[in-house]
Amino acid sequence: MNEPLVRIRDLVVTYKTRAGEVRAVDGVSLDIYPGEVLGLVGESGCGKSTLGTALLRLVRHPGRIVGGEIWFDGRNLLALSEEEMRRLRGAHISMIFQDPMTSLNPLQRISDHIVETIRTHKPEVSEEEARKQAAELIDRLGIMAERLDDYPHQLSGGMRQRVMIGLALALRADLIIADEPTTSLDVIVEAQFLDLLKELQEEFGLTILLITHNIGVVAQLADRVAVMYAAKLVELADVEPLFAEPLHPYTQALLASVPNIRLEGDTLKIMRGSPPDLIEPPPGCRFHPRCPHAFERCSQEEPPLKEIRPNRWVACWLYETERGVREA
Amino acid sequence: MANANLVEVRGLRKWFPVQRSFIERLVTRQRDFVRAVDGVDFEIRRGEVFGLAGESGSGKTTTGRLILRLIEPTEGKILFQGVDLASLGEEEMRQMRRHMQAIFQDPYASLNPRMKIGDAIGHSLEIFGIAKGQEKRERVLEMMERVGLTPPSILYEKYPHQLSGGQRQRAVIARALILRPDLVVADEPIAMADVSVRALLLELMRRLKEEFNLTYLFITHDLATAKYICNRIGVMYLGKIVEMGPLEKVYRSPLHPYTQALLAAVPVPDPKFRRTQPMPKGEIPSPINPPSGCRFHPRCPYAEPICSEEEPALVEAEADHFVACHLVQR
Repeated sequence: MNEPLVRIRDLVVTYKTRAGEVRAVDGVSLDIYPGEVLGLVGESGCGKSTLGTALLRLVRHPGRIVGGEIWFDGRNLLALSEEEMRRLRGAHISMIFQDPMTSLNPLQRISDHIVETIRTHKPEVSEEEARKQAAELIDRLGIMAERLDDYPHQLSGGMRQRVMIGLALALRADLIIADEPTTSLDVIVEAQFLDLLKELQEEFGLTILLITHNIGVVAQLADRVAVMYAAKLVELADVEPLFAEPLHPYTQALLASVPNIRLEGDTLKIMRGSPPDLIEPPPGCRFHPRCPHAFERCSQEEPPLKEIRPNRWVACWLYETERGVREA
Repeated sequence: MANANLVEVRGLRKWFPVQRSFIERLVTRQRDFVRAVDGVDFEIRRGEVFGLAGESGSGKTTTGRLILRLIEPTEGKILFQGVDLASLGEEEMRQMRRHMQAIFQDPYASLNPRMKIGDAIGHSLEIFGIAKGQEKRERVLEMMERVGLTPPSILYEKYPHQLSGGQRQRAVIARALILRPDLVVADEPIAMADVSVRALLLELMRRLKEEFNLTYLFITHDLATAKYICNRIGVMYLGKIVEMGPLEKVYRSPLHPYTQALLAAVPVPDPKFRRTQPMPKGEIPSPINPPSGCRFHPRCPYAEPICSEEEPALVEAEADHFVACHLVQR
């Protein structure tokens, strides 16, 4: 396989709270390859969004990256100065959030957003040329040309999210971090947006880290999927094998509790209990108190994330024997 | 035996006047209205879960609020247990409210942050003079047990911020049920919860419905979730019901092109699945000046001249399955 664009190693992000220190991301290692869509899934509070902001070194106060390494295109992000980091963010990494209004300047027309982005990336492009490119781009995004002179609040949520993708394209961003990009959209607009994103991803070979709680969205868009639970990565695999045969009991329970409109039957599997308090996480595997297969070792020793089959990573003691067989 | 319909909605309309600035008031004579609900007829049968589904701006939430009489209709009638709600005086309506309760999307917003959970659940017992003091406490503890807020005696003393999201929604459910209502209007009750908590809450709502002989109006934008709880469903678009029928019929053979698109748009948690149905163009138009004829015609792939000229009526296409579409009716 080719070289990863992003290498995350043993990343630790903590938040100081009055009740104590919360380790929101606790020793996560993950690679993102150029041209892939990596889905990062998990429930609220599992640390997936914190991981996304850590990649940009934009973890909000009182959060702090306290350990590990993040390599982007061969550079150690944690060693860069604030100024170098700002340039890198501006020119190489785009972020798309759930609410695009937070990322668009309310006082700037759509055309100006795009023109500015194009010229940031390529200062030699004339204003006029940039305007022409902006018009082509907006057409490609399925937005009518007359909307170019609108302000962000005049666009619908779906159109704003398209503009965000457009900005990433104008920037020719190496990496797009999309955090719940369709969560605020209605279902038909969401489907339209996902179709467009898929099309553009294939056309331009975009690299996308797709952070979401929506398992359906991940199934449609991702090439690989990373599953987080209680600040840890518990499973990592190509999308089809993961859905066909989830290995980690948490992944199994998560996938079984997702409503599927295509399936017959009207019962959902229920996951008992709730995620642990990250100030004092349970010892051993963090899922063991809720795990139907837990045995003694699970509450004593933390299972490491290991590649038990080619491209199948899981952090679970159940697969210790399988690994033993493979190694033997 | 009383009426099989717990609720009957007839010709219901709710138009909200659009705010105008001073200048606009001087220069324009005509007042604009948001036609949130614009001529809706349906009934909710005793003991069923009737779903109202649609995207934002379809009017589903406004319909729920009208049934609870939290807002007054512009036109039309709502019969609850055969009684026209509009005919009731203030005190009669207050008594009627015991029989209809609501669960909303955000449990945090529905709970008073300074009231202990137990007191919040039991508050209406005091308001209606049903129980107070020790008796109230006992009833609350029992209800907490039944909705899975355990251990009740400890959680009774907690404040909303000390509970998890799922626990808060359980508290809101307990508060809705403590008056033993007949109807529960649940507006996106699980939309804010995580996937695993959603499944739990759905299961809980299904169980409680049996235990307490409830009838639900389940308002949701999420058709995948609706599948797991609704018996019948009405699909709304721009203030109108475009299709209505038993859940299996509507899901298996949707008749209205909008319902077909809506069902096809739901993301499927299966990477092998590829949607083949194209999505309708554009987005929902403004409910201030909705399109003429069938409101879906500008986005409909099958639209014909008649669709922009005449509004299709909601008619029975097959037993108990209703649709408002010229093409199906032909």
